[in-house]
Amino acid sequence: MQAFSDLLDRLIYTRSRNAKLGLISDFLKSTPDPDRGWILAALTGELDFPNVKVSAVRNMAMERVDETLFRLSRDFVGDTAETVALIWPERSEISASEIPSVGEVVDELTAVSRSDAPKLLANFMDHMGANERYALLKLATGGMRVGVSARLAKAALAQAFEIAVEDIEEVWHALAPPYSELFAWGEGRADRPDLTGVAFFRPFMLAHPLEDKAIDLTDYAAEWKWDGIRVQIVGTGEETKLFSRGGDDITMAFPDVAKAFDSEAVLDGELLVRGEYQGGEAASFNALQQRLGRKKVSAKMQAEYPAFVRLYDILFHGAADLREQSWTNRREKLEKFVPQLDAERFDISTVLEARDFNHLGEIRDGARNAAIEGVMLKRRDSRYISGRKIGLWYKWKRDPLVADCVMMYAQRGSGKRSSFYSDYTFGCWTEDGELYPVGKAYSGFTDEELKMLDRFVRQNTLNRFGPVREVEKTMVLEVAFDSIHQSKRHKSGLAMRFPRISRIRSDKPADEADRVETLKKMIT
Amino acid sequence: MGMTKEAHWIEPHPHGIYVKPADAWIDPSRPVSRALVTHGHADHARGGHEKVWATPETLAIMGLRYGTNVGQAVPYGDGFELGDVKISYHSAGHVLGSAQILMEYQGERVVATGDYKRRSDPTCAPFEVISCDIFITEATFGLPVFKHPDTTVEIGKLLCAREGNPDRSILVGAYALGKAQRVIGELRIAGYREPIYLHGALKKMCRLYQDLGVDLGDIRSVMDSEKEAMRGQIILAPPSALNDRWSRRLPDPVTAMASGWMSVRQRARQRNVELPLIISDHADWDELTQTIRDISPSETWVTHGREEALVHWCSLNQMKAKALELVGREEEDD
Repeated sequence: MQAFSDLLDRLIYTRSRNAKLGLISDFLKSTPDPDRGWILAALTGELDFPNVKVSAVRNMAMERVDETLFRLSRDFVGDTAETVALIWPERSEISASEIPSVGEVVDELTAVSRSDAPKLLANFMDHMGANERYALLKLATGGMRVGVSARLAKAALAQAFEIAVEDIEEVWHALAPPYSELFAWGEGRADRPDLTGVAFFRPFMLAHPLEDKAIDLTDYAAEWKWDGIRVQIVGTGEETKLFSRGGDDITMAFPDVAKAFDSEAVLDGELLVRGEYQGGEAASFNALQQRLGRKKVSAKMQAEYPAFVRLYDILFHGAADLREQSWTNRREKLEKFVPQLDAERFDISTVLEARDFNHLGEIRDGARNAAIEGVMLKRRDSRYISGRKIGLWYKWKRDPLVADCVMMYAQRGSGKRSSFYSDYTFGCWTEDGELYPVGKAYSGFTDEELKMLDRFVRQNTLNRFGPVREVEKTMVLEVAFDSIHQSKRHKSGLAMRFPRISRIRSDKPADEADRVETLKKMIT
Repeated sequence: MGMTKEAHWIEPHPHGIYVKPADAWIDPSRPVSRALVTHGHADHARGGHEKVWATPETLAIMGLRYGTNVGQAVPYGDGFELGDVKISYHSAGHVLGSAQILMEYQGERVVATGDYKRRSDPTCAPFEVISCDIFITEATFGLPVFKHPDTTVEIGKLLCAREGNPDRSILVGAYALGKAQRVIGELRIAGYREPIYLHGALKKMCRLYQDLGVDLGDIRSVMDSEKEAMRGQIILAPPSALNDRWSRRLPDPVTAMASGWMSVRQRARQRNVELPLIISDHADWDELTQTIRDISPSETWVTHGREEALVHWCSLNQMKAKALELVGREEEDD
C-alpha cells in the first residue's frame, strides 16, 4: 500500500506526460503480482467495489470526529476521501509490517458486504498513515484525480515490458484485473494470452489530416467521412458488443444495434442516428449526442433517435483475420457481407466516384448533408493497422468555418505552458453591442504567437478572478471551427466544435468582429 | 454562549482590537494614533500609525517595509504602562520578533497571540505559555485536517529532490518574511552547506535577519548568478514568482512550495507545485487545541482563520469561546 500511495502522490504533482509514463512504468516493473495488476486496473478505471460507498466513508469519519468539524473540513478540502484521510485519528506508532498490501485490500473489499464495508475500511485506516489512507480511499471509491488516462497507463505498461502498445490494446479488453497473464507475457514467462471465443475490442486504424497534399485516386479510394461515433461491432455468434474509439464497451447505450447483429465478425463503422427531417438520412452529431454517454436508454429514446451503423470495413469474417489483406480485398468482402444484415440497422458507406482529385474536391465542397464531416482517402493496398500510419489513410475535412472573435478572458495553461496565458475565451457582438462568449480555444498558434498573446494579456488585464484574467476587449482572433450548434453552456446560446485560433487579427478593430447573429446562421 | 454582559475593556472591532483604557489598538488594519503590533507581516503591521509599540526586530522589519521610524522598542519580557494597563511582550514563535501581547487591567490578564506556532524554529525565539483569563488566539489552520508533519521530514524531501535532480534547479516558493529564512535555517541545521539562491524580493529581508544575528550561511542573488551555476541548487522565491516569467531564467526548475496549505493536494496542484513542502509558521490543529488546554483560560477569543471550527471545538469541550470578526486578515501564503 505504501508504494501505491507514493506513486499516487508523485503522479498528482507530476505534470509532464513522459515523467508520468516513467513513474508508472517503474512501478509496474518493481511491484509484484497481483498488486501491480490491481493498481493498473485502478489507473485505467477498471476497478469497482459496488459495496463501498463514499457516503459510508463520510459517515464513518463523522462518527469519529464531530460532525460539524468534519463538514467544515470537507468544505475547505473539497474532496471527501482526502478529508477523511487527513482527519482520521492517528495512532502514534504504525509499523510498516501492519500496513496491508494492495492485494489484501482488494480481496477484502471485493468480498465485503455493504453493511460491513465501513468497519473494514476503518480497520485498514487504523493501521495506516495519512498518505496510505488517502490511497486506500481512492482505490476503494474510485476517481483517482491524478491526471492519468487509461491510454497513458497502457503506454506505461508497454514501456515497462517493451511491448508495442498496439499489442497490449489488442488483448487488453479481453483480460480482467489483476492481469497476471499480461505480466507473465510481458516478462517472457508465458505466451501471449489466448482469446478464442471472447468478444473483445481491436484497436482502430486511424487517419492523418490530408492538409495540402494532392492524392492520386488510382492509389486511393474515397468515401464520406461521417460525423457520428466511430464504432466497432464485435460478434462471436454467441454475443455482440459495440466498442467506441477508446475501446469502451457502449453496447448498453445502443441495444437496438447490438440486438440486430448475430453474425461472427468484427466490423468498423460509424454509429449514426436517423434524422426524421432528413428523409431517413443520418442526422447531425447533435442528435447522436442525445444518446451518447447514457448507461441505459429508454424505449422512447430508442424510438426517437433510432441508431444505425454505416459500415466502413471488415476486420474478421468468421474466425478469419482479414486485417493483413488489402483494403480492396476487405471492401469486396464487406460488400458481400452487408446484404445479409438487417437493413434498418446496417448499411455500407458508399465509395465516391470521382474522375480525379480536383473533381473529388468539388464533390467534397458540394456536400450539404450535416452528417458529412468531409472525405476519407484510403490507400487501396493498405492493410488494417492499429493507430495512425503516415500515407495509408487520410481525412480531408470540409473547410472549417471561421469567425472573427474578440478575446475576453485568458487563463494560464498547464505543464510547460503554466507560465503563459494560453487558454482564451472569446466572444462576438450582440445586436445591443455587448460581447457574449461563444467559445474557448487553446491551440492553433505558434510559440511566437503565444508569447505575443501572453504579453497582450499581461499588459491589458482588467480584472482577475483566481487563475482567470479579464482583458481589454481589443484583440481580434480569427477562430476556425468544424461546426456550430445551439447550446445552453454559453450566454450566446452557441457552442463551437473543435474551435482553434487560426489567425491573430491585430490589424482588425474589435468592433468589426463578427456578430452572434452571423454565427447563428452557420448552425447545421 | 453566555459572554460578558457589560462592555469589556478590550473591544473587538472589524479593523482591530481596541484596548480602551490604554487608548491603543492591537494590529489595526488602518492608521491609528497608538498601535501595539505583534509582528511584521503585512496583515498585522501597517504603515501610517503615529506611534507604534513593537519588539526591536518587528520595528526593524517595519522600518524596512514602510520606512517608518515611530516605534517604541519593547524587548521580550519588558513591561510598560499605557493608561492603567500593564503591557508586556512575549515571544510567539511565529517569525523573528513576533510577540504575544500580555495586558493586565484591574486584576484581569489578557493575552493576544497575533500569529504563533509551537514548533522549534532556528530563526526565532520559541512560543512562551503565559497564563491568562482571556486568551485571544489565531486559527489560521484551525481545522482538524491540519496536522503539520515534522519539519525534518519535509526538509528531507527537499534535499532528496535535489539529489534526485542533479540537472535541474529546485525552486522553493516561500513567503518573504519568516518562511524563507526558516527554510534556509532548517536546511543549514540539516547540514546543507551549498549556496542558496534568492529572488530579488527576498534579499533585503534575509539581509535584515543576518544583521539581527540569524545565521543563514552562503546566500546569493539569482540576478547576479549564471544560469548554469544554479543547476542542482536550491533557489527561493516568493510564491507569486513560481509560475511567473521570472522563473524562465532558471535551469529547468522543480517547483516546490513551503506552506502549511500544501497538505491539501488539490490546493498544491492548483499552484502548479511539483514538490509540496508542508512547512508552516502557524500552529496546526493539535497545537491550537493543546495550547488552549495548556493555558486553560476562562474565555478564548478567536481572531482569524477557521474561527468557526475552533470555537465549536471549545464548546464541545465546555470552554467559553467566541469569534471576533476582524477584517483585512488575508490568507497569507503560509
